[in-house]
Amino acid sequence: MSAVAPSAADLPPPVLAAPSAARRPALRRFMRHRLAMFGLVAIIVLVVACALGPYLSPYGPLTIDLRHRFQPPFEGRHWLGSDQLGRDLLVRLLLAGRISLTVGFAAMGLSTAVGVVIGLVAGFYGGWVGTALMRFVDAVLSFPAIFLLLTLAALVSPGVLTITLIVALTAWMEVARVVEGQVRSLRERDFAIAAEAIGVSDAHLMLRELLPNIMAPIVVAATLNVARAILLESYASYLGYGIQPPTPSWGNMLNNAQEYLTSAPWLAIFPGAVITLAVTGFNFLGDGLRDALDPRLDVHR
Amino acid sequence: MTDVLMVEDLAVRFRGESGVVDAVEGVSFRLREGETLAIVGESSSGKSVTALALMRLLGGPPNCVVRGRATFMRQDGEALALLSLPETRMASVRGRDVGMIFQEPMTSLNPVHRIGAQIVEGLLAHERLSPRAAEKRAVALLDHVGIPEPALRARAFPHQLSGGMRQRAMIAMALACRPRVLIADEPTTALDVTIQAQILELIRALQHETGMSVIFITHNLGVVAEVADRVLVMYAGQVVEDAPVDVLLHLPQMPYSAGLIGSVPRLDDVRRRGGRLAAIPGNVPDPNTRPAGCTFHPRCAHARPDPCETARPALEYVSDGHTVRCARWREITV
Repeated sequence: MSAVAPSAADLPPPVLAAPSAARRPALRRFMRHRLAMFGLVAIIVLVVACALGPYLSPYGPLTIDLRHRFQPPFEGRHWLGSDQLGRDLLVRLLLAGRISLTVGFAAMGLSTAVGVVIGLVAGFYGGWVGTALMRFVDAVLSFPAIFLLLTLAALVSPGVLTITLIVALTAWMEVARVVEGQVRSLRERDFAIAAEAIGVSDAHLMLRELLPNIMAPIVVAATLNVARAILLESYASYLGYGIQPPTPSWGNMLNNAQEYLTSAPWLAIFPGAVITLAVTGFNFLGDGLRDALDPRLDVHR
Repeated sequence: MTDVLMVEDLAVRFRGESGVVDAVEGVSFRLREGETLAIVGESSSGKSVTALALMRLLGGPPNCVVRGRATFMRQDGEALALLSLPETRMASVRGRDVGMIFQEPMTSLNPVHRIGAQIVEGLLAHERLSPRAAEKRAVALLDHVGIPEPALRARAFPHQLSGGMRQRAMIAMALACRPRVLIADEPTTALDVTIQAQILELIRALQHETGMSVIFITHNLGVVAEVADRVLVMYAGQVVEDAPVDVLLHLPQMPYSAGLIGSVPRLDDVRRRGGRLAAIPGNVPDPNTRPAGCTFHPRCAHARPDPCETARPALEYVSDGHTVRCARWREITV
């Protein structure tokens, strides 16, 4: 075409408020969603407390103090009481939170990545590749997740890394399904064909053209996946297949607490309450994001 | 003038839930250098499918089978068999040798990318350029297709531009690598009349400047009269007439071509006939149940049971560069 016009190209980049303008309604819908805001606040509080709290406490998570065993909460030196070895429950909860949240986020990242890749490939290529992949997804989905989790956990030595991998392995299918469906419909859209007509590669089409258009449902599915991962990790640890004591996790704290359920109920109540708070927090956040990012589901208007 | 694209016996067959559909049957044509070939016909006559098949954008078997030969002559004299190239080679042809623009500028641009970035993508796919140089080229291209303040528009998202602007951006995208052939699939159908004229003028100017050939798919004969050198009339998946534009518009031989020309609304005609618009009766036959014999005979005023309903007519020679598919073209005057 014509020679490069330097005068035009050398203009300073103009300021355009494009993305924020396009997404502001979504942000507004999100801010108006009370449960989602509650979820977001709950998650932020939990994350900050777990990250910083243990440094501020005089107690270590493994500090044994046999003179102050089974101390009830809200009285004496341990705010949330102490366990059968006199360990401070609050510090243990916060450190367990680090583990549980880390497993939750890491498993979410991993399962989302796997689900996105499988969904993209299946939806983009379709045909027998797509059919084979999606039937595999159906097959994995047809196992009850908890049995799959326990079977896998019984086969490997438990630890933070292995439990993350196992939880991720039982949670990627939803994302794959969402992505596959979206990609299959976007693949036929004019802009995808137009991009193909200018000669870009398949990988480029998938990652640069299609993927950015389906970020909203992926973000929603990923958020819900964190809740699921935290819950699954708690199951596994509670049943003794997950994080092993003395390293605390919310699940194995519950396991430890069941012996003292009548004599020291707070040992079970607090871990249970934090699990509930975290899981509902992520679920509310996910629902809020879904409502905010998909205006067709907006029931609040 | 040399041929840049030779298409022989192109056929496209779709296999779907409702059975087999022959969307295109035996289409042949030649596209010369610098020429504009218009493909006209009603909806579902196979015009767009022909274009998509040449670009290999239809998806593969088992659902879609493309047969025939299409030879593209590169600038350097290399002949490419478009329909049998490996997919990776084909990707290097798309955009670089053959560009394509689409009907709907509203949906043909990716909503999440800036206009400039979408042009840059095409440039980087085919040429060794630094991202910075590609960006400069993209802005220059936008300037060239008549977009005011191109540096600003390059940073805009598709939804921030008007339809005409978007179609200009699409053209800049399709022509970024200076293809030898531009396939324009109803590029002005979705635009209003004044913008339509501007876009046609733009395509013509760019063609004049680069010497590219254009395949212009449209159902608008007014557009044909304005841009085309030669016209291919398609009906029910077949070419029914192939003629230079002046010949076709003034001396069509196929009753269908004549019907299309007669269907162009004209103010004086409308007044004379008491407010009735001329139309071809009936519809394009369902591809599943095309009539035996000439596919047009149920709608044709000149149809006779004997030649028309018994055998599919072949393309017959009328004069140099003019062929027609009608068994009775010698007997009738349309």
